[in-house]
Amino acid sequence: MSEAHPPGTYPAVVVGSGPGGLQASYSLSRLGIEHAVLSSDPAPGGMFRSFPFFQRLITWTKPFAPAERGSRAYGRYDWNSLVADEPAHAAPVWELMDGTSYFPSRAEMEGAMVAFAERAGVAVRYGCTWEATRREDDGGFTVVTTDGEYRCRVVVFAVGMTEAWTPPVPGLDACPHYVETAAPKAYEGKDVFIVGKRNSGFELADGLLASARRIVLGSPRPARLSVIAHSTAAARARYLQPYEDHVLGGGTLVLDAAIERVERTGSGYRVVAKGTTIPHDWTFDVDHVIAATGFATPMRDLPDLGVATFYQGGRLPAQTPYWESTTVPGIYFGGSITQGSIGLKKYGVPSNSSAVHGFRYNARVMAEHIARTHFGIQPTRRRLEAGALVPLLLSEMAGAPELWNQQSYLCRVVTASPEAGLTDEGILPLADFVDAPGRDAVGVTLETDDTGDIHPALYLRRDGTVTEQVLPGNPLLDFETAEHRAQLAAAVSWLTG
Amino acid sequence: MSDPLPSSDPVELLAGLSLFADLARPQLEAVAHSFEEEWVEAGRRVLRAGFAGNSVYVIAEGEASVGIEGREVNRLARGDFFGEVSVLLGEKPFADVTALTPLRCLVLPGGQLQGFLLSYPAVAYRMLQAEARRLRRTTLGPE
Repeated sequence: MSEAHPPGTYPAVVVGSGPGGLQASYSLSRLGIEHAVLSSDPAPGGMFRSFPFFQRLITWTKPFAPAERGSRAYGRYDWNSLVADEPAHAAPVWELMDGTSYFPSRAEMEGAMVAFAERAGVAVRYGCTWEATRREDDGGFTVVTTDGEYRCRVVVFAVGMTEAWTPPVPGLDACPHYVETAAPKAYEGKDVFIVGKRNSGFELADGLLASARRIVLGSPRPARLSVIAHSTAAARARYLQPYEDHVLGGGTLVLDAAIERVERTGSGYRVVAKGTTIPHDWTFDVDHVIAATGFATPMRDLPDLGVATFYQGGRLPAQTPYWESTTVPGIYFGGSITQGSIGLKKYGVPSNSSAVHGFRYNARVMAEHIARTHFGIQPTRRRLEAGALVPLLLSEMAGAPELWNQQSYLCRVVTASPEAGLTDEGILPLADFVDAPGRDAVGVTLETDDTGDIHPALYLRRDGTVTEQVLPGNPLLDFETAEHRAQLAAAVSWLTG
Repeated sequence: MSDPLPSSDPVELLAGLSLFADLARPQLEAVAHSFEEEWVEAGRRVLRAGFAGNSVYVIAEGEASVGIEGREVNRLARGDFFGEVSVLLGEKPFADVTALTPLRCLVLPGGQLQGFLLSYPAVAYRMLQAEARRLRRTTLGPE
């Protein structure tokens, strides 16, 4: 057990030592907010201590990229490293990668998390399990743990979407979940039915192609592919081998089927299903069924405190644009749970808040918000000369990793007032910027439309009303052309008078 | 008569909404998986006038206000849907929709609406009926 953060009273508590917890803790520390970090694990890394099952991530880190390693712009090409404000705090994943793939292995990722905790000085009380939560009369909270009680004003739960989740299909709860998949050898020569056609389902199918006799993937909705949906939430290219096998008649089946029930049959299972896109009654007798049906947030007693949840009966807490519970102020969420703050989701493209390359930026924005609203700390803001406005916005839309990785979700904001002139407000949630009242301002982000075109989008707040102005795309993704400069300058000229 | 409490099971939830009343269970499951779920706190905008790339929303729980330039023109409740007009016309929405209470919605990205309605003509017919009622109301006033 670690000696850090004994039970007691702290301004804030962070629960979790995965990438979400580490990033939240680091960001709070940078703002001078004292806090305890508690984790039931014995070491940093969270889910990456065990998963993905087949030991290689689907998020890339490009060892060689158009931006210099270590620069802010490099974050667009490195989806896995946590973000540090000082070079000495950084623990970039590429340092540990062996050069065989631009997808780090699970072990390389875990190693980078351990290195970050060390270099960035994130102290965690390991082996300390969050057991219960109380809301106190003064508006604060008590976090009850196996080591004792922690009183605080603000809690950040960065506990991951880590609870195996199974839909209410009779018999499915008795089948192994993704997390209980056995080593591939166990499936040699066997018939395997995988319930679910998202990334975890395709990952298992891909990993079992060389061992299973036949693989059937079944779920009600047709598979969505990332290259069609323009989203990392859809099935990723590197897991599509089973899909190609299906399309080319190799024997793997990818079916749109509603599973009615799963029954035990001696040594195996019977899956009874109905076709959805093509009506059909199916019965499959198989050796194994695996429920690759996703995960839920371990909410423990938070719903009893009034924390609202949603998504298939409560897999996620409902959150404000700053990742605070919509119903219990002072309770925040970090890491992959932040995907519950949906944002504008323009063209149906979700944020990347379910992955490190998205949520690491959410953590910084959240820490500043917590500093401002709970501790009266005003993060430093930079004044801008009028002539610096267009160059700043232009370089942000050309290379800011927050905007590239969190399209239509985070934006760079500059406000204007007669007294203060121009102020660079940094990165903010777009959903808050477009709805909150405030000074005249411009917010810039990037978006991907239905055709797959990536382009900058401007949000102009003038006299309290926000309008949207989309700038052109570019086949080379170069948004610093003369045309972009001219359109941007014209769009924001009123801000500088 | 008040509605029964909305179910947390997305299939049960859909089955209770008139838009999907003609669908059989397997179809409901496929539809349930086509829609995403969103939860919006009271006072926040769900649909924003003048912003492209919006979705179509079906209210599962709660109430919302439709406003044009700050003036309320309609109220929506469980089972009502919005956002479809701009998607069908390929234009930006001309109204804001703001949550009056905590609002739980089923959400279909605009780009998927055409394929969805062609796959489920019974839903398209129900939607057409709802649009006809709206047209009658705006032409003749409230029933």
